[in-house]
Amino acid sequence: MIEFKLPSLGADMDEGKLLEWKVSPGDTVKKGQAVAIVDTSKAAVDVEVWCEGTVFELLIEPGETIPVGTVMATLLEAGESPETAKRAPRAVLLPHPGPLPRAGGGGVVSGRRRISPAARKHAEELGVDIETIPGTGPDGAVTLADVEQAAAEKVSPARTAPVPDKAAEMRKAIAAAMSRSKREIPHYYLSEPVPMRRATEWLAQANAGRPITSRLLIAVLQLKAVALALKKFPEMNGFFRDGAHQPAAAAHIGVAISLRQGGLIAPAIHDVGEKSLEQLMRDLTDLVRRVRAGSLRSSEMSDPTITVTNLGEQGVAAVYGVIYPPQVALVGFGRVDEQPWVENGALGVMPVVTASLAADHRASDGHRGALFLAALRDQLQEPENL
Amino acid sequence: MKMSYREAVRQAMHEALVADPRVFLMGEDVGKYGGAYACSKGFLEEFGPERIRDAPLSELGFVGAGIGAALGGLRPIVEVMTVNFSLLALDQIVNTAAALRHMSGGQFSVPLVLRMATGAGRQLAAQHSHSLENWYAHIPGIKVLAPATIIDARGMLGPALADPDPVVIFEHAQLYNMEGDLPDDWRCDIATAAVRREGTDVSLITYGGSLPKVLAAAEQLAAEGIAAEVIDLRVLRPLDSETIAASLRRTHKAVVVDEGWKSGSLAAEVMARIVEQCFFELDAPVARVCSEEVPIPYAKHMEEAALPQVPKIVASVKQVTGK
Repeated sequence: MIEFKLPSLGADMDEGKLLEWKVSPGDTVKKGQAVAIVDTSKAAVDVEVWCEGTVFELLIEPGETIPVGTVMATLLEAGESPETAKRAPRAVLLPHPGPLPRAGGGGVVSGRRRISPAARKHAEELGVDIETIPGTGPDGAVTLADVEQAAAEKVSPARTAPVPDKAAEMRKAIAAAMSRSKREIPHYYLSEPVPMRRATEWLAQANAGRPITSRLLIAVLQLKAVALALKKFPEMNGFFRDGAHQPAAAAHIGVAISLRQGGLIAPAIHDVGEKSLEQLMRDLTDLVRRVRAGSLRSSEMSDPTITVTNLGEQGVAAVYGVIYPPQVALVGFGRVDEQPWVENGALGVMPVVTASLAADHRASDGHRGALFLAALRDQLQEPENL
Repeated sequence: MKMSYREAVRQAMHEALVADPRVFLMGEDVGKYGGAYACSKGFLEEFGPERIRDAPLSELGFVGAGIGAALGGLRPIVEVMTVNFSLLALDQIVNTAAALRHMSGGQFSVPLVLRMATGAGRQLAAQHSHSLENWYAHIPGIKVLAPATIIDARGMLGPALADPDPVVIFEHAQLYNMEGDLPDDWRCDIATAAVRREGTDVSLITYGGSLPKVLAAAEQLAAEGIAAEVIDLRVLRPLDSETIAASLRRTHKAVVVDEGWKSGSLAAEVMARIVEQCFFELDAPVARVCSEEVPIPYAKHMEEAALPQVPKIVASVKQVTGK
């Protein structure tokens, strides 16, 4: 019996709302198959399953909001039958007008619920069923205030929970992730002006014969160059977890995409180093379209090993980013701008972009960061090799 | 009348010396030097060497002499420079002073008052800075007081001298320079804890040198919408459990602040009583803020980091209240 749990789709997610099941009991599922659509505070995401099996039971109803880690469904492994598999007890789920217990707090998902002795006693006095009361205290504990709130609601059932404000929730999620980043990650920042004449000329030539719909953007060259530079500097790629940097084998680059209603999201383009520029352009277009449509895959949300942000279109010269934990680096590009440039002792005009690196000093040092930026600069001088 | 804690201690001893010829003061540097914390300045000139007695550096000896004098009918005030040094006299205090009434079937009383400085915060390092009040609060047969206000510094000595049994008074070294108003009616008991600030959200229970920090924390919390009640234990043995329980019945949450180390601390005793007596009143786990478990460091920044401080108290309250 395999338990399929709601995965965390980023450092800023601790709950999700099931919108739709894409499978039914009895369906066989393959690794990587999207089985459910879950609404996070940022987007509706296709959640993928990471094992093979047959769907046995769906434990969560569409519309329910559940903490990360909650068992959503059970699957039968090959050779298991419904008779041999033990039925999973359904997790106790509660309506929650207030904030949810923090992940790992155990308020709902595991073990005995935290109910303060005073709350338990008061609930008895008021004749309120303590098991139906959501906890909003420390670690999701049910407190006196929760009991009083529940008793008040019992008296006036007309009161309804406020409708959550999507934009405000995203703001809150971003605030939590960025605060964590600045609290935990000792950032250092480097920047380097990168001459872009060769890249822009090469790009103009490469695009000359293409229809508008398949023209390449400079951003794609930058993504590929970052991925190639990362191969030599693995300490900029991967996650910082349990007190140590865990380098990632492949470069899954999170591309920061701002949303029309405000906020941003940085889902991954997978294996950027191994893909052609044409493929990357298709992936990027597809990703932006799906971000705007609100349909992302769970692996795109949880896999980015580094983030690239490009604010050049917005007209800034350079961007110094905040690392998205648990990643260890963020590369930023400003606008490509014509600047006075000295080459071979003569002053000329050169299109230049400022590439910046915000990196986690626990995982790497400025010396290596500087070499990484230099490698990135050099990659962009050979666009034909990207 | 505005005065310092030091002046309040001095006036209390002065009054006792004037009022009762059986009262005398003995200890290291109490005479010619005027007291290590200057609480007996001018006493030698006023009362003479018979009643203001400089003792040799022998805590075991002069505390024992004080016990003998008390047994003989006098009312000694024995000053020990710091609680750290009082460990040399523990045998006299625990095995003799605290035990004699019981071992003599009630025939002998030891009406001794032991005053000593306690606590850290003055960069005097590990041998002059510890808070060992709890060691004394453990011993049946003695009363343990911790005056933390001007009134208590002024008012506790009288009833302590009147008590037929040994009384240990802990004066936190950080409090001597504290200034405050002494009202005309400063008489006080040596039996009850006091509510120093009323509140409804959480009970902050403390004593001695931590009281000003806790009051400052309560002020800060009030600005953030958390109404903290502040209980000053005042008497560390016997503990006034009823005042604590009454407060918990109002607030349902408690944070104990104690400059002693956490393991086996007075804070632990207070928490145990709360759980014994108020379990069904509790709306959150009882928390405590104690000193870090190291000998108190000399370096200023490390000493500060080792002690309970306002931000630690505020953080603990927020954890407990979930706010």
